[in-house]
Amino acid sequence: MTTITRAILALVFSAAVAAPALAQEHENPLPPKNKWSFAGPFGKYDRAQLQRGFKVYQEVCLQCHGMQLLSFRNLAEPGGPGFTQAQAEAVAAQYKYQEGVDDAGKPIEREGRLADLFPPPLVKFPTATPPDMSVIAKGRGYERGFPWWVFDMFTQYQEHGVDYITALLQGYEANPPAGVTLPPGASYNKYFPSNAIAMPPPLSDKRVEYTDGSPQTVEQYAKDISAFLMWAAEPHLEARKRIGFQVFIFLIVLAGLLYFTKKNVWHTVELHPSKLEPRAPSEYPKKT
Amino acid sequence: MTGHSTYQPQNAFMKWLERRLPIAGLVYSSFVVYPVPRNLNYWWTFGGILSFMLGVQIITGIVLAMHYTPHVDFAFNSVEQIMRDVNYGWLLRYVHSNGASMFFLAAYIHMFRGMYYGSYKEPREVLWILGVMLLLLMIMTGFMGYVLPWGQMSFWAAKVITSLFSAIPLFGESIVTWLWGGYAVGNPTLNRFYSLHYLLPFVIAGVVGLHIWALHMVGQNNPDGVEPKTETDTVAFTPYATIKDSFLLAVFLILFAWFVFYIPNFLGHPDNYIPANPAQTPPHIVPEWYYLPFYAILRAIPNKLLGVAALGASIVILAFLPWLDTSKVRSARYRPLYRQFFWIFVVVCVGLGWLGSKPPEGAYVIVARVFTAYYFIYFVIILPVLGLVEKTRPLPGSITESVLGKGVPIGASAPTSSGAKA
Repeated sequence: MTTITRAILALVFSAAVAAPALAQEHENPLPPKNKWSFAGPFGKYDRAQLQRGFKVYQEVCLQCHGMQLLSFRNLAEPGGPGFTQAQAEAVAAQYKYQEGVDDAGKPIEREGRLADLFPPPLVKFPTATPPDMSVIAKGRGYERGFPWWVFDMFTQYQEHGVDYITALLQGYEANPPAGVTLPPGASYNKYFPSNAIAMPPPLSDKRVEYTDGSPQTVEQYAKDISAFLMWAAEPHLEARKRIGFQVFIFLIVLAGLLYFTKKNVWHTVELHPSKLEPRAPSEYPKKT
Repeated sequence: MTGHSTYQPQNAFMKWLERRLPIAGLVYSSFVVYPVPRNLNYWWTFGGILSFMLGVQIITGIVLAMHYTPHVDFAFNSVEQIMRDVNYGWLLRYVHSNGASMFFLAAYIHMFRGMYYGSYKEPREVLWILGVMLLLLMIMTGFMGYVLPWGQMSFWAAKVITSLFSAIPLFGESIVTWLWGGYAVGNPTLNRFYSLHYLLPFVIAGVVGLHIWALHMVGQNNPDGVEPKTETDTVAFTPYATIKDSFLLAVFLILFAWFVFYIPNFLGHPDNYIPANPAQTPPHIVPEWYYLPFYAILRAIPNKLLGVAALGASIVILAFLPWLDTSKVRSARYRPLYRQFFWIFVVVCVGLGWLGSKPPEGAYVIVARVFTAYYFIYFVIILPVLGLVEKTRPLPGSITESVLGKGVPIGASAPTSSGAKA
């Protein structure tokens, strides 16, 4: 390399390194990474965790948040929380749905069925509607920054959304730091981009009763609901990773076979140019 | 496609067909006996990979279109329905969305290869220009496809990119209204993007046909950049190129599968899983990664009209490359100075991509301006001047000589010693 090239490359790299330092902006702390059963190439959802998360959703989140892309039937589908069909039917029957009207013009109410979508939130807000949570685990994330995002490609870190939600649910601070004023009704959350979040702290210890002996703490609730939301956003994750592994084995074997075939085919070319099959002059590109 | 076909049909039906429609002969002369330089390296396999990716995108796209609803009220949910309720819909959609990224990755490698080895030079100018047209068509198709899921990034990308046309003096605003089909990005916009997103891949397929036709007219360039002269300089397309292409395609598919099955949302933006909301602007509007270098060039220039002009120029200038590069030597192997400027150019392009993902403020803007300047200086000053002043290394007498070393009788009919391998 000449000196010119070295100088130019040095300039380029120093600029690239200096740029982020000079362009500092307001930043939230990075959400801590959790251990998730569904992470990695062989990840599977923890059925018990999804069932606990579903309970948190039913008893807490459903007050304000809809999940309008999910139906009760999804609860009994493979790769999900692992409810039996009867259990899912029983869950559906807890909710009332209106269907048609009777002779007097009064709406007919019936119990929910497997085919019904999850119920709309119980509380209606006059102005801003809290976001639907069906794909929220994929619709949230945080920037890991260079060079971490490069490593994430190899380590398959894909849990930005769930880690963010888990952190957010535990990120409330009763007393905002000095100098921070919040709009009326807002709470301070260190992980929320503007820090002023309209949702009051939704979880508190012992708010949801767990029957499997898991700790009834905000931390556990936050993890369980996040895992449940990940399943809701990516219900075919287990099938995807399972099929992916099979595809990988197939492709690696195929590539190996093709490599050795290629070596074999090219073997003669690389040693004996004269042993190539002669071809008619018309098959060569015309000289220009 | 050059010369008379040597195809000799054996079977009675094929003989009958060949006298009426010589399609088997065309395939035979184009993809079986077609001579390719024997020294092609693996960078030459990306043309085949690109053809394969176009096929993947068209097939998955047609099936996705069977389940998709192009309406602002239903588009987002119809994509989610594909992900949830259509059999293997998640696979189709992840293959299609990541396939676009793989398509661009392969296209960029293909282009950098063409630039490194001077594949655009006489007599391959038209071949190269058709390639630039393909890039432009891909950019348009990819952009419109990104709008279809109607998430936040879809909507705002559509708004930002179409609004670029408002920079055109006098007619700008009218053009934008015409593109939108209304006074805001809305249902007519989504409908026409859907229609064009379905149409353009077939236009791409047509131009790919021309690209291959032009390629077969002039023959492939090669890492040494000297034309094949004798029989020993080339090998038959089948089996030599086909098996080499197949092997690298399989390796490429491993990379593709890694994204599809393990990190399918890595290249996307989380905001696109939030339904489009015209009343709420996302904090950072970023395009897909494959547009980031162009986006960085756009934002590096403080004046809107000039920024749009620079964005357009950064693509159009590629079409003039055959005449901007004045060197008679094709391959960077024999151009020591060019090779260095080329690698700086690659670093600058990747750097622009990184800057395009950053907010346009502070030092990012300054670095983006330096890189943008290099991007254009490379084409307008460095390449023309370099061709005149650079001392190139001596070219090999032939491809055979380059592969096997000197002393091998060129076009010899007698077997050469096995130790002649270079």
